[in-house]
Amino acid sequence: MVRGKGLLRLVPALTVLAMLGPVAAGLLGALGPALGHLPAAGLSAPPLTPLTAVLSTPGIDRSIRLSVTTGLAATALALGTVTLLLAGWTGSRAFGLLQRALSPLLAVPHAAAAFGLAFLIAPSGWLARIVSPWATGWQVPPDILILHDPWGASLVAGLVTKEVPFLLLMSLAALRQVDAARSRAVALSLGYGPVMGWIIGVFPRLYAQIRMPVYVVLTYAMSVVDMALVLGPTTPPPLSVQIVTWMSAPALEMRMQAAAGALLQLALVLATLALWWLGERVVARLGRRWVTAGRRAPAVEPLRWLGLAAASIVAMTVLAGIAVMMLWSVAYVWRFPAALPGALSGAVWIRQGPVLSSTLAETMWIASASTAMALVLVLGCLEAEQRYRLRLSGRGLWLLYLPLVIPQTAFLPGLQALLIDAGIGAGQIPVILAHLVFVLPYVFLSLGDPYRAWDARLGTIAATLGAGPNRVLWRVRLPMLLGPVLTAAAVGLAVSVGQYLPTLLIGGGRVMTLTTEALALSSGGDRRVIAAFGLMQTLAALLPFALAIGVPAVVWRHRKGLAHG
Amino acid sequence: MDKGLELRDVRIEKDGSALIALDARIGSGEVLTVMGPSGVGKSTLLSFITGTLAPGFSASGRVILDGLDITDLPAHRRRVGILFQDDLLFPHLSVGQNLAFGLRAGGNRDARQAKIESALAEVGLEGFAGRDPATLSGGQKARVSLMRMLLSEPCVLLLDEAFSRLDAVLRDQVREMVFARARARALPILMVTHDAEDARAAGGQVVTLGPTSG
Repeated sequence: MVRGKGLLRLVPALTVLAMLGPVAAGLLGALGPALGHLPAAGLSAPPLTPLTAVLSTPGIDRSIRLSVTTGLAATALALGTVTLLLAGWTGSRAFGLLQRALSPLLAVPHAAAAFGLAFLIAPSGWLARIVSPWATGWQVPPDILILHDPWGASLVAGLVTKEVPFLLLMSLAALRQVDAARSRAVALSLGYGPVMGWIIGVFPRLYAQIRMPVYVVLTYAMSVVDMALVLGPTTPPPLSVQIVTWMSAPALEMRMQAAAGALLQLALVLATLALWWLGERVVARLGRRWVTAGRRAPAVEPLRWLGLAAASIVAMTVLAGIAVMMLWSVAYVWRFPAALPGALSGAVWIRQGPVLSSTLAETMWIASASTAMALVLVLGCLEAEQRYRLRLSGRGLWLLYLPLVIPQTAFLPGLQALLIDAGIGAGQIPVILAHLVFVLPYVFLSLGDPYRAWDARLGTIAATLGAGPNRVLWRVRLPMLLGPVLTAAAVGLAVSVGQYLPTLLIGGGRVMTLTTEALALSSGGDRRVIAAFGLMQTLAALLPFALAIGVPAVVWRHRKGLAHG
Repeated sequence: MDKGLELRDVRIEKDGSALIALDARIGSGEVLTVMGPSGVGKSTLLSFITGTLAPGFSASGRVILDGLDITDLPAHRRRVGILFQDDLLFPHLSVGQNLAFGLRAGGNRDARQAKIESALAEVGLEGFAGRDPATLSGGQKARVSLMRMLLSEPCVLLLDEAFSRLDAVLRDQVREMVFARARARALPILMVTHDAEDARAAGGQVVTLGPTSG
């Protein structure tokens, strides 16, 4: 029927390969070294030696416990905040404001959000400066451990600021498929308060839709490295950081230990996901019992204020974090406890200018390459789905979420070992392909719905006017979907810009992006330089979103019919 | 050569159960009206003829257009024109670009431009080529949509509830205009509608589809 159809038919398979191939290869690649077999380094050990070494590491029990507790706490807090906010405030003006504030914050990279938070809450941070010395009497920073606290509270706080916007946006997308407004109206008419009515009438259906994103959050929170380096406990660190330490150790035997740790991390995440799943069952059962009892529970209603407060704190924290990074990047003298710098200077920007711009260039090249590949694959999948009914993302979209619920620390060590084994040196191309694993699902999730929601009758009309499938695609569908395509590209760029571990491990230290550079600097402790890199990273992730909104508005300024599409 | 549209023993099933069975011939300039309540499969019949049958449906029988069996041709090679109840003008193209999209390939720039201008003039829309479709009235959009379809030089015209969104006064005008333009080109018309007034105005034979169980 159509020329080139063979190629298009291959795209879904190619996409699955690009997305899951590295994950599967990485997990398999970890098996050998984890069992004491690392021929590339000429090493072999009895099969259980690496695991024994892992388990006999001092403090490993605390590392494991930290991964589980910080992961569960961050996920529960983020989900709770989003639930209370939606239950108490959907449709209100406050909600509209928060939604507008939180949406762009989703693009702020994790590392930048972590630096911003650290600059706020550290003993010498902005918050302490603002209340000192008039309220506290502090003339020097107080000697209390806030960052790197042994319980991981700062890490949890950092994770919550990033995961609330994520879960909120996923929920807002899902709510369109749930008849929320009318369900709540019915609940109200039956005598339930707005919050209780929403929790009983809407939440169960919403949760069914956002279950996978919640699992992604839990997996991410349990295995995050970049945020944990900035905010997390250090002695001992969470398991994920411990694995990366082993990976970066000069002694090659440590690679076997790292591989064993990676598999342990995978088992830990899977077990915690199972625990969460059981928790869902328990909550559902309790909920059903509650509904059967018909309790209206008016005492629940005031909790909406908690949701509003938590969401507002999240939004203000990220915004204030960006603001304090701006101040630090131009601060010449900023002694404690002054609330503002005593003198300003552009010296850091000038001194770091060459490094900043070359790192920015490398960051954007990697991000653009992986995003362009992702866009081609995703558009190919969606076209193949429409033309040949080859549906990649069927029920539950589980395939797309799979690379996101396997912890990065579980498969990247094995992938790195495989690349070394295969004699493929570290470098940009492997890094781009590693980024693609994470960019692809997000681009797909972003573009899939608007692509499918496009009125197919326009395609029929175009075809009856004599346009073949390719002409329909290039002349009608893609131009009309310019906004969603650019937004998906911005999502892809932001995901790539924010990647730390794939860049670090697969790049073998030879590929420097704004994220890896900022984290490398973070141990040095010059706040001005860290702030400059953090800001640059934020800008690199945010600007594409501004373009995705601005470009269609300019291109289609004389086309009212596309103003909201 | 036999001019017109012939539906030879067309049967459409949805998920294995029979939906439509129709055997019909529409000669040049004739109208066949297919009536029936919504959900009976009228639009499905049209999507079979345009070659855009949705998944879940299966069909047998042949579609012969001007003596040529088009059943297995891809949608864009069938030369079947269709109008839906919405105008479905491409929102990213100007009125003139919409018409140019429909106009069959060939001819130099000036000749194509002249054809577009005269098509606009034919329906009283001189000077509208540069306009954004979103700024047109309902009746104007319907006229542009009709001319876009006619410029692609179809061999048959399908009307899928094409007038049901228009208010009563406008409906008569647009209906009259569509039939007049189609007759001027001696096109066979297959119209599906649930409006008896449409059928009366068309004047041709009427087939009523009912639930196949009855």
